[in-house]
Amino acid sequence: MAVSKQRLRLGPSGAPLTAEAPTPLAPAGAPTAREKGRSEFLYFAFRNWKFVLGLGLVLAFLGLAIFGPMFVAHKPLDFAGPTDAHPSHHYWFGTTSFGQDVYAQFVYGLRSAFLVGAVGGGIAWLLGAGIGFTAGYRSGWVDDVLSMLTNVVLVIPTLAILIIVAAYLHVHSYTTEAILVGLTSWPWAARAVRAQTFSLKTRDFVDIARLSGRKTSKIIVTEIAPNMSSYLLMMFILLFGGAILIGASLDFLGLGPATSVSLGLMMNNAYLSSALLLGSWWWFLPPGIGIIGIVGGFYVMNVGLDEIFNPKLREL
Amino acid sequence: MIRYLGRKLLIYLVTFFVAVTVDWAIPRFMPGNPIDQLLARMHAQPQSQQALTSYYTKAFGFDVPVWKQYLNFWVALFHGDLGVSIANFPTPVWELIRGAVPYTLALLVPAILLSFWAGNKVGALAARRKALDNTVLPASYVLTATPQMWLGIVLAWVFATTLAVLPVTGAYDLSLQPAWTLEFAESFLKHWVLPFSALFLVAFGGWAIGMRNMIIYELEADYSNYLAALGAPTKLVRKYAYRNALLPQITGLALALGAVVAGAIVVEIVFSYPGLGTLTLTALQNRDYFLIQGIFLFLIMGVLIANLVIDIAYVFIDPRTRVGMAGSN
Repeated sequence: MAVSKQRLRLGPSGAPLTAEAPTPLAPAGAPTAREKGRSEFLYFAFRNWKFVLGLGLVLAFLGLAIFGPMFVAHKPLDFAGPTDAHPSHHYWFGTTSFGQDVYAQFVYGLRSAFLVGAVGGGIAWLLGAGIGFTAGYRSGWVDDVLSMLTNVVLVIPTLAILIIVAAYLHVHSYTTEAILVGLTSWPWAARAVRAQTFSLKTRDFVDIARLSGRKTSKIIVTEIAPNMSSYLLMMFILLFGGAILIGASLDFLGLGPATSVSLGLMMNNAYLSSALLLGSWWWFLPPGIGIIGIVGGFYVMNVGLDEIFNPKLREL
Repeated sequence: MIRYLGRKLLIYLVTFFVAVTVDWAIPRFMPGNPIDQLLARMHAQPQSQQALTSYYTKAFGFDVPVWKQYLNFWVALFHGDLGVSIANFPTPVWELIRGAVPYTLALLVPAILLSFWAGNKVGALAARRKALDNTVLPASYVLTATPQMWLGIVLAWVFATTLAVLPVTGAYDLSLQPAWTLEFAESFLKHWVLPFSALFLVAFGGWAIGMRNMIIYELEADYSNYLAALGAPTKLVRKYAYRNALLPQITGLALALGAVVAGAIVVEIVFSYPGLGTLTLTALQNRDYFLIQGIFLFLIMGVLIANLVIDIAYVFIDPRTRVGMAGSN
């Protein structure tokens, strides 16, 4: 999680992404440039095994999260079955030492993971992009203040601040947890967007937009953001994965909602009930595999996207 | 160079100020009165409730105006007074933290340094070498997406439960006393290796990926091509690329500190390693608020100091910062 932070920059020195290839004049009757751009993206996307593999992994787990709960025999927290049962045709992933169905916990836990990732990553993305755009475009004292804010939040260890907040504010839902995660994990994204905006705002097309009297917010949305859309997409993917990992750590510490299921909480319960010493591998292996599958899938997909958007990397 | 370090120092001072303020403000302005929660846990008699409430109000310093509470907090902090642990009354929080810190450092420092060193070396080797790249890169992606506590659990399961070659609980055998003896050192090492490995492996994956990508980028740079065109051996070109690629990795090291600390907290819990992580868990379970606040402050100070050390190291490594041409970002 940590390292992906700085690795986002495309063309690692932070070179802007906008190598605007001269668009060849489209012959009459040919697809418009926009359509062509999209099909070209898809052409390269589905020939990139990293993108396909990553996307496949994420979609597979997403499918399990959506449809899996339809096939559970018992509610995830019901003490329904035999205790410490090995995986069988009745309990696919076995049962916990309280007799809870591990498969049910797993699929519901996946739902929480996607919720925390989407909401937490989404909030972090909005904050990071908003602050980054403003700081990079405005410069001057606005930039100074926002950069200071970014640097301060960047240095404070996220989990430490989440621990102290969650210790007092009892978290009752995964949405609350996701909001907390989102509010603390945006700084690196803000810094990356700021650097990109900084180099884009001196371009001619931005000057023209400014001369034409367009509002700042509109210039950012219509001129600057589209020129780093791939960057913003990849940023969201990394924030999504990061939020899942941080959320899992919080749940593992017992700071998440106690009345529903998450992958981190499964590990916490397995650990507290000495599943390790009992050798109940079917209890503690699935949650970790789920997290690795989703987050790893996102990361690999991200590398694929990097190669798709950046032709220089494609041949490697 | 002075300007560069001065700017960094300013950021860290502001961060410290913000952190202390947050640490002070959260217990006071969050919904839910910590004193009521404490009393609810004690199941005290109604008549003793009142005495306890007034006692804790005094102990928390809630009986003076808010601005004075804030000032008192700073004054106490500069006297090294972080309050008294509620669960281990009347042990000062500071003493509990001091007892735990050596264990956390024993895990963190080697894990950070060795993973950085090994990850960079392996990542550099893997770049532009097909066979190695195709094995190291996927493995690194799996590792970097792994939650540290889960890796800890799996390692413990394999090496302690299944193979029964390594112990799984604590930092040393409980029949021993911490001492500078060979027997203790052996026991300590055996208990140390699994939590260390969990931290090391996850961080290793990240550094390997980062370095591999950076090297590829540097090998495409003009100076690499020029050097190769002059007929320099590949080894030399790669050496130059490695040095340049190392700079952003060092910046990344500062950014990654928070994540490694977070990893250490959860990994320690898995192994009941008597460091700050396990202390955090017991503090959370006992609602030992002073202790939680103390650990929070201590972690932040640790990360700030580590950041400063990295910044100073950066000045020595990158000559441009010395002549004021560029900062690390």
